[in-house]
Amino acid sequence: MKAPQFAYRAPRSIKEAVTALAESEGMGKILAGGQSLVPTMNFRLARPDMLIDINRISELDFARPENGKLRIGALTRHAAFERPFFEGPLARLLADVVQHIAHVPIRTRGTFTGSLAHADPASEWCLVACTLDAEMVAHSLEGERIIPAAEYFVTTLTTALTENELLVEARLPLLDDSWKHGFCEFNRRAGDFALSMSLVALKIENGRIAEARIGIGGVEDKPVRAPDAEAYLIGKTGEAADRVEAARLASEGIQPMDDMHAPADYRRDLTRAMVRRALERALAR
Amino acid sequence: MKWVGQPIPRLRDPVLLKGKGRFTADIAVGAMAIRFVRSPVARGTICGIEIPEGAVVFTAADITDIKPLRPILHGRNYVPTDQPILANKRVTYVGEPVAAVIAATQSEAEDIAEQVMLDIDVLDPAIDVDEALKPDAPRVHDQAPGNVLVETSLKTPGFDAVWAKAAQVVEVDIRSRRQNAMPMETRNAHAVFDHSTGRVTLYTSVQNPHPIRTGIADVLGMPETDLRVVAPDVGGGFGQKMALVPEYVFAVWVARKLEASVAWIEDRNENLIASFHSRDQHHTVKAAFDENAKLIALEADLRCNVGAYSNYPITCGVEPLMAMSELPGPYDLREYSVRTRGVTTNTCPMAPYRGVSRPVLTLSMERIMNLAADRFGLDPVEMRRRNLITEFPYKTVTGSLYDAGTYWESLERSAEVLDLKGFRERQKKAREEGRYLGIGFSVFNERSGYGTPTFAARGMEITPGYETVEMAMDPSGYVIARIGASPHGQGLETGLSQIIADELGIEPSRIRIISGDTDATPYGWGTFASRSLVLAGGASKLAAEQMRERLNKIAGHLLQAPPEEIELAGGVARRRGHEGSVEITALARAAHHQSQLFGGGGPGLTTIATYDPAGTFSNACHSAIVEVDIETGHVKIERFLVVEDAGILINPMIVDGQIHGGVVQGIANALFEEIIYDETGNILTGSLMDFIPPTMSEVPTIEIEHLETLTDASITKAKGIGEGGTIGPPAAIINAISDALKPFGVEIFEIPATPPRIRQLIREAAKEKS
Repeated sequence: MKAPQFAYRAPRSIKEAVTALAESEGMGKILAGGQSLVPTMNFRLARPDMLIDINRISELDFARPENGKLRIGALTRHAAFERPFFEGPLARLLADVVQHIAHVPIRTRGTFTGSLAHADPASEWCLVACTLDAEMVAHSLEGERIIPAAEYFVTTLTTALTENELLVEARLPLLDDSWKHGFCEFNRRAGDFALSMSLVALKIENGRIAEARIGIGGVEDKPVRAPDAEAYLIGKTGEAADRVEAARLASEGIQPMDDMHAPADYRRDLTRAMVRRALERALAR
Repeated sequence: MKWVGQPIPRLRDPVLLKGKGRFTADIAVGAMAIRFVRSPVARGTICGIEIPEGAVVFTAADITDIKPLRPILHGRNYVPTDQPILANKRVTYVGEPVAAVIAATQSEAEDIAEQVMLDIDVLDPAIDVDEALKPDAPRVHDQAPGNVLVETSLKTPGFDAVWAKAAQVVEVDIRSRRQNAMPMETRNAHAVFDHSTGRVTLYTSVQNPHPIRTGIADVLGMPETDLRVVAPDVGGGFGQKMALVPEYVFAVWVARKLEASVAWIEDRNENLIASFHSRDQHHTVKAAFDENAKLIALEADLRCNVGAYSNYPITCGVEPLMAMSELPGPYDLREYSVRTRGVTTNTCPMAPYRGVSRPVLTLSMERIMNLAADRFGLDPVEMRRRNLITEFPYKTVTGSLYDAGTYWESLERSAEVLDLKGFRERQKKAREEGRYLGIGFSVFNERSGYGTPTFAARGMEITPGYETVEMAMDPSGYVIARIGASPHGQGLETGLSQIIADELGIEPSRIRIISGDTDATPYGWGTFASRSLVLAGGASKLAAEQMRERLNKIAGHLLQAPPEEIELAGGVARRRGHEGSVEITALARAAHHQSQLFGGGGPGLTTIATYDPAGTFSNACHSAIVEVDIETGHVKIERFLVVEDAGILINPMIVDGQIHGGVVQGIANALFEEIIYDETGNILTGSLMDFIPPTMSEVPTIEIEHLETLTDASITKAKGIGEGGTIGPPAAIINAISDALKPFGVEIFEIPATPPRIRQLIREAAKEKS
């Protein structure tokens, strides 16, 4: 359980970091919180030639609302979201979701954008990014590139980031007060990766659903949306029968993974329950 | 004041809690690292092993002077297996050591190990216990054509006649999936060659240093005296650390070969795939009842997957033979027909794990009782009342003798504490709201604290059992007790100190217990099988009684009183009913420094005693109230109650701690942990992410009540408590889940009952209905 040998760099700026990344010729890995990367290296499943530790890059250490977006820099730890540090539904949503991410020590060290870069299909932050249509800001020697969530997630542990790009920031839309959210996940143990989870955000106008975002994670090789269920809910009040039908539509629109912990049909059952419960929670707020 | 019965804190806790314990890996700092290259395939022929230039790597060809491990069991159609120290010409399971790398550091050793290339011709493996029994199954060992390493059967003469009279027959097919005992500290071996004496000291995390020394000396052909085995602080064993493994043997061999200090510290992945597994069992059991719901006959076919090799010294008979002899448990049974088999497969070998076969056999019997209760329209408590043994001593159909216990009383009390009647009302109401609650009971007994008279009946070539204690009081009045038992986290030192303190009239803080070092302790069998407090406790009591007699004699001399009128208490000796006393420390000093005064018995204060009883039976009723989420299959344990009887509680706090730990492992067995092989014999659960041991968040508050039956089967009147906690939970929880799911007609017969399995049964039941 010892990692193979690797070179170690600790750049002080984004420029130095992306320069090192380019020098590593695709064999470099960014170290932020290291909560997924380091165990994988100790298991010798990841074998980077070079670790580029971004923890000393102070320009990445920020998280603030700005121009209708929440800007989350690459050194923002999960724990930063445990107590809302700005006003509005998005802060409450993040504070709700973060409780489900692993355990306290991991939340203290792991980072928001690190989760997005790692792209585990059961990552809560990836689900948030997908559901809210986040923007990912990547830097390389060629400059800056903004990648919308719909293009960012490719498959398990694979994103649209190129080997020379550093994910420096994620941007989430600030939700106005007409938005309500609900989150529900199922796992075998507290803190484990979910076997299915759903994040729901509903815009309520005059007692009816004006806009619906339903995200599902841990089920396919990347977080996905439930477009049929989202469309179905528009104009509805979200009463019990609406929630049951939306959950059914969502669970039938997915192609669940099949593994030893959760066969595909089980994940579909779970998803139906998770979407329905997330909707219940959103509408109970 | 008597110390026995006091819940005093464990003497070793301050050290362990502050991180000041000394575990093997703490001692091994600076030693050269051993890294084993392990077989990546379940069955195959080794065609070649390519070793990187300049690396120090040993293979089977280098160690031809080491004999294979060959544990022996007499009778029972036992087929011995020869387990090589490094795989020789063939591999038989994923994780089997094939080569050993020696390097200056662990990471260098791992780097080199990656470059050792194994050329293995892959063959079809036998993995599943039932598949391995099929006529065309791959043969794991040439000498065992049907893949059966141990098999025995029994049929009482009146069985057929009684069976024919059955009013009801209930059948269960119970599948227990494979577990790993998962001690917090993994296995290890740190062998140090001593240049001045030529001896080797092996520091290793084991439960039984003396038998381990015997086993290693035997296969290396060296005098036992030249090997010192030390079990320093040991972070849990649970049975996984009581068998000899090739890794220990190799460490000692290579330390002698290189005249060096070497260390193998197992990592968690190795532990999960290549350490011992347990409880991969399949029971098919039929029970016949008369019209009064009384069990009249039991028929069982028991298959235990024992893995690729038999284990030393207990052998692979341990699971199948216990499953057969103890299946009827606390229930009265006179007619029994049973066949039991230990089936070899291309999987990791099996060793006993806390409770051994009892969690599975209890599950089999307790599922039968619940199904039979339904059949007769009785509630589960009444069903059991008609069948539990209430008169003692009781001779079982397999020849065991049960001393007094509280089988019925523990159940009766459990139903009262959980308010069974009130629960049924609550359950009914909850169902109307779409919530599914269930209650389950599990009554069992457990043979504990047994010595050679009982072990001898098992036919092992090496018959464990007795325990010896050597005791000395030094001139300062402090006591040292050297024990053959080898505690590893149980708090045994504290319990023994309490027993000794009462005999000698001194405080436990004046007593030191020395264990786990073959140079410093008498030959003994170590700590396993819920035995140490009964065995080492009994021997400690006997040795302390002798010590007390010696002290009384000296005190009698100094106080000019007959020794039989001397009383030791509160650190002083006095003559009963008289003024005047003498400090026990003064007696100790006199015994050593004024020995000419006392004659007889010689100078100093040393005693030795051995205890070797037939054993005693502890018992308990575990019960659970659960809520099942029918949409997800998730089970929440709302209450978990243990009403147990282990005789006198020497230290109630330690007893409760033992029960807590055991119950958590039992819950793991019932709902969580599973080692999963794919059909090629590869293990899919090589990390704690996938093996899924429960955490604090998944464990409910454990309620405990004690009953205390005094038995003459143990001279301290204490029964064993080590394993009971693990035995009861699967049956209690599975019965509770099945009770909760009554409206769907779902009955559970497989552990762990994981959410996907439960959900699938609910889905299938719903389909059948519609």
